Amino acid sequence: MPRIQVVPLLEIVRETPTTTTYRFRGDLGGKPGQFLMVWIPRYDELPMALSHLGAVKGITVRDYGDATHALAAFTAGDRIGVRGPYGNAFQLEGPSVLAVGGGSGMASMIAAIEAFAQQGARVVTAVGARTAAELLFVERANAAGEMHIATDDGSRGSAGFVPTLAEKLLARESFAQVITCGPERMMAAVVDLARQKGLPVQASLERYMKCGIGICDACALDDKLVCWDGPIFTGDQLAKSEEFGRYRRDKSGRRVPV
Amino acid sequence: MVDLRTEIAGVALRNPTMLASGFLDETGGSMARVYQAGAGAVVTKSVGPQPREGYPNPTIVELDAGLLNAVGLPNPGVIEYEHEVKRAQAAGAVVIGSVYGKDADEYAAVAAKMSTYGVQAIELNLSCPHAKGLGTEIAQDEAAVRDFTREVKDVVDIPVFPKLSPNVQDIAKFAVAAEEGGADGIVAINTMKAMAITPELKMPSLANRFGGLSGPAIRPIGVRAVYDICEKVQIPVIGVGGVGSGRDALEYIMAGASAVQVGTAILSRGLGVFNEIAREMASLLEEAGFQSVPEAIGVAHA
Ligand SMILES: Cc1cc2nc3c(=O)[nH]c(=O)nc-3n(C[C@H](O)[C@H](O)[C@H](O)COP(=O)(O)OP(=O)(O)OC[C@H]3O[C@@H](n4cnc5c(N)ncnc54)[C@H](O)[C@@H]3O)c2cc1C
Ligand SMILES: Cc1cc2nc3c(=O)[nH]c(=O)nc-3n(C[C@H](O)[C@H](O)[C@H](O)COP(=O)(O)O)c2cc1C
Ligand code: FES
Repeated sequence: MPRIQVVPLLEIVRETPTTTTYRFRGDLGGKPGQFLMVWIPRYDELPMALSHLGAVKGITVRDYGDATHALAAFTAGDRIGVRGPYGNAFQLEGPSVLAVGGGSGMASMIAAIEAFAQQGARVVTAVGARTAAELLFVERANAAGEMHIATDDGSRGSAGFVPTLAEKLLARESFAQVITCGPERMMAAVVDLARQKGLPVQASLERYMKCGIGICDACALDDKLVCWDGPIFTGDQLAKSEEFGRYRRDKSGRRVPV
Repeated sequence: MVDLRTEIAGVALRNPTMLASGFLDETGGSMARVYQAGAGAVVTKSVGPQPREGYPNPTIVELDAGLLNAVGLPNPGVIEYEHEVKRAQAAGAVVIGSVYGKDADEYAAVAAKMSTYGVQAIELNLSCPHAKGLGTEIAQDEAAVRDFTREVKDVVDIPVFPKLSPNVQDIAKFAVAAEEGGADGIVAINTMKAMAITPELKMPSLANRFGGLSGPAIRPIGVRAVYDICEKVQIPVIGVGGVGSGRDALEYIMAGASAVQVGTAILSRGLGVFNEIAREMASLLEEAGFQSVPEAIGVAHA
């Protein structure tokens, strides 16, 4: 059985004013889109996507609530616990892909973007954020192919939401498929766009998680488990979902609006 | 062909495997899925009067011996839970409603509400080893087991199955108390109180420090508990703790259980575990010359 590994943080990189990458060596595999359960000792254990594969793994975390805020004060040498990787991975098929990322959602997609490029696919990335300083992984996305930017406040790239930018890119050229990660309403818009064009689309979802291994039911989405059947779901699966884009479960299991 | 159907206090099961409380049963969609995957019945997450968030993470630790958890009884509360039960039933599932409360009145009120949802029986979680301030540690007090059972029996007209704790000196005494309270069956066992420490961090691995151990490590404890209980009571017993194969299930059946519940084994064998256990039981029973499950119940007492 996989178990927790306690690892020292080797390197800490501030990516944006609110987002930080933590690098560590772990005896773990990991495919693009998979996640770890990350134990921030004394605070919490949280799901985090692998933003760096290879020998020195990485997670990229937005300073959001108590636990991620506590993590933001960690320095090199401090230790965290990791278990995983868990969940499915992005399916990397076809000659071209449009990747649409919003906010810290880029953390879940960047490894897939790079893997697509490495296998020779044409990769076009649309990166969105509230404001220019919050754009995540634009250099890595740029190095992997073509990169376009949208900011809510217009401080860089086109002004407005990233689905609008994605719509323009989809009108300009045809892609073999679309992948997306970000706020759920944004993903719902991107999934709709792709399906209207008849394109295969994969979206990486977030739900509250406890076990991460498919037994506790905390992360239920309809009759699926985000930690076990996901976190990546296809457009066909999501089109049938009653809950995607509408409901999530709170910590007690109550259905609440996303 | 061995007939795998069994029956507990009038609740008919297509096979003797049930989903144990706390596994994939907070939502109706997941319970439907587990039933469709082959379980004879599903037991709901233990539900209380109010929504409850449970403990902070880490709540689950995987060990070689099994699984250690202190999820802390998260549940949406009995009112909201109605549509989860309805959703599972719409998929044809046989549903047993597990309930808890802080005192006998709360147990009775939640059980009464749950019984209006059309569940086939009530399981009383008297035995969660890590939820402080709830009635769930009352399986430590024989008089309380009797009284809680009786109060619930007084307000519902479906079978009531108290679930007992192995964290006691002599579990059979508690089964006798439950039978005196009018229980229609006994469920044994809940998890064993346990702890793991992460040496690299010099601290307990669970946020709650201690929790409950499940899985293969507790099977011999559960089998012994069921064996002892069956020596002392007439009502049927449901065996739970470390069942992961048809052979494991037969240990419980031969100790006297009428059915088994399966939780932690979902981790190692997936949701197919229910069908696989049923199939393995059928062939083992056949080899041993039994035609049905009831014929094998309690044969180890001879
Ligand atoms: C598969 C998956 C991958 C993720 N990858 C990343 C990533 O790469 N980078 C990143 O910054 N964030 C990621 N997240 C989100 C991240 O887990 C939450 O933002 C984080 O848990 C917030 O914790 P907090 O204690 O700081 O906030 P809190 O104030 O405790 O909570 C704020 C919100 O965070 C979410 N959250 C809290 N605890 C959990 C939990 N145990 N499981 C899921 N969500 C929770 C809830 O929506 C909650 O309302 C991912 C989530 C999932 C499910
Ligand atoms: C994560 C988890 C949650 C549980 N939640 C409950 C619960 O809500 N009510 C209950 O009666 N038992 C609960 N249990 C105990 C199980 O129902 C069962 O008694 C125990 O796990 C032993 O069976 P197993 O070895 O097949 O898992 C839980 C166990 C685990 C691991
Ligand atoms: S987090 Fe427990 S089932 Fe997904």
